[in-house]
Amino acid sequence: MNVPVAVTAVYVAYAVGLLLTFGTVLTWVERKQAAIMADRIGANRAYVRIPFTQIRLIWWGLFHGLADGLKMLFKEDFRAVPYDRVAYALAPWVTFVPVMLVFAVVPFGGSLAPGRLFPALAATYGTQSFRMQIAPLDAGLLVIFAFGGLTIIGTMLAGWSSDNKFALLGSIRAGSQLISYELVMGLTIIGLVLIYGTVDLDTIVRRQSGTVLGILPAWGICYQPFAALLFLTAAIAENKRIPFDLPEAESELIAGYYTEYSAMKMGLFMFAEFIEIAIVAALFTTLFLGGYNLPWLTDAGFVFPGGHRLALGTGTVVVMQVLTFLAKVLLLCSFQILVRWTLPRFRWDQLLHFAWKILLPLAIANLALTAIAVAVLR
Amino acid sequence: MSRPAHRRKRYWNEPRMGWWERAYLFEVARGLLITGGVFTANMWKWITGRKGALTAYYPEEIRADYAAGNRGKHVLTQRPDGRPQCVACNLCATVCPARCIEIDAAFDPDDHAHPKYPVRFEIDYSRCVFCGMCVEACPEDAIRMVPETPGLPSFDRDRMWIAREELLHWKPQHDAAKPYPPADSSGGAP
Repeated sequence: MNVPVAVTAVYVAYAVGLLLTFGTVLTWVERKQAAIMADRIGANRAYVRIPFTQIRLIWWGLFHGLADGLKMLFKEDFRAVPYDRVAYALAPWVTFVPVMLVFAVVPFGGSLAPGRLFPALAATYGTQSFRMQIAPLDAGLLVIFAFGGLTIIGTMLAGWSSDNKFALLGSIRAGSQLISYELVMGLTIIGLVLIYGTVDLDTIVRRQSGTVLGILPAWGICYQPFAALLFLTAAIAENKRIPFDLPEAESELIAGYYTEYSAMKMGLFMFAEFIEIAIVAALFTTLFLGGYNLPWLTDAGFVFPGGHRLALGTGTVVVMQVLTFLAKVLLLCSFQILVRWTLPRFRWDQLLHFAWKILLPLAIANLALTAIAVAVLR
Repeated sequence: MSRPAHRRKRYWNEPRMGWWERAYLFEVARGLLITGGVFTANMWKWITGRKGALTAYYPEEIRADYAAGNRGKHVLTQRPDGRPQCVACNLCATVCPARCIEIDAAFDPDDHAHPKYPVRFEIDYSRCVFCGMCVEACPEDAIRMVPETPGLPSFDRDRMWIAREELLHWKPQHDAAKPYPPADSSGGAP
């Protein structure tokens, strides 16, 4: 399918805007949710004063993210004497860029027909419709794992080039942890790949649009509940968040592999981490929660199990699908933050034990059972 | 040099983990339910316009649970006509261990009962230790302490002086037991 440049540009703008917004807003969500879980109020002192008036916009502390960003931009870019200057300067970008790229293959909506949505564009696009996905690749899942694996290089580069024991310890931990959990993540996904018979994310999402057993939505989590659990665990570990935050355990390693970074370089690491929350949520949504699918919503409107129909226009359906995807992603982000502020950190040996002796056998068992079931039912 | 092998001390009440706890997942789910429940309850309070936190906004909000006998900010009591009950005797300033009360006395010839009154009555809250001795020393019940302490902190030490007018009016109190002018007990005006 040949997608015009204009459509792709709109998609890219949407995706980049979305990810950057998520990265900023999630810092606020994290603070506020942690505060509310702990019977506190949370950050609410930063404000923007409308010029020439005394009206202060506080907006529940939303501007703290802005204040953070400004602080990081204007802080002194302190440079330790690194072991390797090029690697030191490169590391934040090697961590940040792949995280942004992963979203390229995630479908964030059904199909978009610009000609039918906006009559003014009908002359240009006719009745063509395009998948709402920046890069409609057949190898979507593989691309995700390829880019996901790149972040390891970033952390290793940062730790190695900083010439700092804490940073090196952090990056060694990060390397072994990420590789261990990536294995688990990959094995949990293969079950889904067996069921759907493809690694194209758009097809996977489309396969999840119907219902199973009459009432349940045909989401991946209904076919593979166990894999969903394992995947979420491994994904949180991939993201190096509590309870798996040993690479940057602040009570042991200062800040782990980015100890020697300051100002916006450190900000990039933090930003990548927060965007990765959204990415993990988007991946889980795509693979296990039906992506942009609402139960019983088709391209023509709702079709309820009883046979009732509720016809909706194309524009409404597109907007609903996009919003559904966003809502699922937000809920999952919130869930990850809930996990972070609930569970205590693992010990290092427990972490590897958990990956290799518990998660990996479970993932393999799940894969074997799925393979047998798929072979028998086919 | 050989060191004895480290042996962790065992306590009599060490918690033991059963298979349920060892399975980890169930306890994780329980923990998530607890924190999620707290979050939902608090969030519901915030959404419905109530306060879902134990924290008091400071300094905008006066906390509600001050002890009744807490010694907080001072109040100068008023006579029914609104003038201070203080007779500028300087007893409070003398007894004050932090020496943070400053009084300038003046003479009011029209007020026969209490011609001496304070034109300036200031308390330096950067030094006040809230001991309450001024209240005990006062013969006129002119100075009191209330439980609350609003408006005391400041970024600047010079702004922590609180003057007569605020002490009189921030929480007006009258001494109902003492009518003014006082009943004449001397047997006739001089």
